[in-house]
Amino acid sequence: MFLAAVIMSTTLAGYLAWAWQRDERSAFLPGTTTHGHYQIELACDACHSPFEGVTQEACESCHAEELELADDSHPRSKFTDPRNADRIERVDARACVTCHVEHRPALAGLMGVTQPSDYCFHCHSDIGDERPTHAGLPFDGCQAVGCHNFHDNRALHEDFLEKHVDEPWLRREPRLALLRTSRPVPDRDPLQVADHDAPSGIRVAEATIDDWQRSAHADARVNCSDCHLAGESADDEEDWNPAPDHEVCASCHERPVKGFLAGHHGMRLAQGMEPMRPGDARLPMRPEAGDRALDCGSCHTVHAYDREVAAVDACLGCHDDDHSRAYTASSHAQLFRSELLGEVPEGTGVSCATCHMPREKAPRGVFTVQHNQNDNLRPNEKMIRSVCQNCHGIGFAIDALADSELVGRNFDGLPSVHVESIDMVRRKIAAANVSRAP
Amino acid sequence: MKTTIPNLSYVFGRTLALSAVAATLTAFGCTKDSQAKAASPATDPQPGLPPERVADMLHSVMEADRTVYTRNVVNRLVKEQQVQIVNPDTKEQEAFKASEQWKTEHGKLPLPAQMFRMGAERVTDAKVGFTYALLSKWPINKQNNPKTDVETKGLEAVAANGGDKPFYGKEELGGKKYLTAVYADVAVASACIDCHNDHKDSPKHDFELDDVMGGVVIRIPL
Repeated sequence: MFLAAVIMSTTLAGYLAWAWQRDERSAFLPGTTTHGHYQIELACDACHSPFEGVTQEACESCHAEELELADDSHPRSKFTDPRNADRIERVDARACVTCHVEHRPALAGLMGVTQPSDYCFHCHSDIGDERPTHAGLPFDGCQAVGCHNFHDNRALHEDFLEKHVDEPWLRREPRLALLRTSRPVPDRDPLQVADHDAPSGIRVAEATIDDWQRSAHADARVNCSDCHLAGESADDEEDWNPAPDHEVCASCHERPVKGFLAGHHGMRLAQGMEPMRPGDARLPMRPEAGDRALDCGSCHTVHAYDREVAAVDACLGCHDDDHSRAYTASSHAQLFRSELLGEVPEGTGVSCATCHMPREKAPRGVFTVQHNQNDNLRPNEKMIRSVCQNCHGIGFAIDALADSELVGRNFDGLPSVHVESIDMVRRKIAAANVSRAP
Repeated sequence: MKTTIPNLSYVFGRTLALSAVAATLTAFGCTKDSQAKAASPATDPQPGLPPERVADMLHSVMEADRTVYTRNVVNRLVKEQQVQIVNPDTKEQEAFKASEQWKTEHGKLPLPAQMFRMGAERVTDAKVGFTYALLSKWPINKQNNPKTDVETKGLEAVAANGGDKPFYGKEELGGKKYLTAVYADVAVASACIDCHNDHKDSPKHDFELDDVMGGVVIRIPL
């Protein structure tokens, strides 16, 4: 028995030493990683610090900014306040890893949450006293039915619902804010084919130059050397970079690249790993796309930088799940096709990018595209403000997002689920009006 | 050891500077010895400042900032000048307001109570040792009801004395001992009472100017 234990221990130690020496980090994975992190699961030190485990700082280095933007309903400071010391004995929310654990799929639900679904009870057990509409409601339904979210309640809180309580399912002018596309240089004409400055020794296909000349880059007088030679001397063939990467794009497009690197598509690059390939994904992907290395050019056709392609075709070239396959026949897709044909006003069509890469208001009122396609994905109520409310009433949007079958059909049809939160707000307003009546 | 009190006018208006004040004062000794000798914390020159004195100083900065923001920013722009702004979506003029939803609505100021709470959260995050909160027996957000015995006694005491003097108590929370000081939070402008009296979640609708609406609770670890 002792001998067997020694042999097994020695074999295991030998295997791990061999794996370490060959940098085979997958041998050290203690269990399946969550959907959010599996793309970078072999970048162990992204989360783990030697002899410290997973530090709070590691979580915050990626997630602090989004929690700040989400107006986090339960910030860490709420739990480090001594007056809540009794609460942290029940749920120690001072650390992300109290509720979100990695590598333990048997224990965790969506987003690695290990807490029982009724954990709100610990601090809000008397909610029925404060809000009669909530008296007797089960605590395991607080978040399950699309009413509340532990962190992000921007589209769920009472004031927001009250403001939108009587909206129709479709707004009178359902459309998106328009993007400012190319930026022609004032008083300077766009660059022409003859203006391209690739070094004479570099062979460039005519079609490539034509694509570039029709692009926003030529409008903005961005020439070959600006990307392929990083703006250095245009005669230096030795320095010619045949495939500029996302860092070159970031020198002008900082915000989009930052978003790209934060999402599943770019998070491996952000960790210094090999780029993601659709074959690495857990979601169903088209087999022929399996080996495509993802970079900016994967979706934005290089040189042409066609935003119409990036909005739908690029997505459907890889994604092959029910929701993606249902898009083409959906009413959203019909609107997008109509917009491209000029049959409906610009901003009316709904592409993949419309929902998954929403247009966000940046400083000074300019709209930019969020390139982290995971930013508003889970829980999906995050889409209400950034996407759905451009066209739909809030009550309808909440119901639609709570209907998983409708999501699978890419919203082709009407919701068969109804979330009562907006009814509760309506009843509260009515009760308040009665009590204020003379 | 002689403690030099930082120039408070320098830190006036900057909530985060509270952290520096507290860190300095704590470093110069809110020791048990100094507390024992602190018969008259406001005047007695002791080696090291008693925690009650530290709390008083912190509160003076908080109260000054809060009053300036409430009177000279919110009340002045919203109530006195009734500033109008153009809504970028509807292109129509609307009244400039302070709003609970200032973060997600265009052209809104944070409410004075939110301004105060955001500062408190930043100080907590800065981990300088002390914490503070705005509590009330009539809070709009029920999480701001008093929870501990000292909080309850403190709010009752400052309401009873009309805010003439603060309340000091000691308590143990999460295995640590604290000096907990409670200061009256007085309605200094019509913006305070109008908002609370009209709010659908307010349990009290008859506040008047100069009423004690609640209290600022400061905790200093002992």
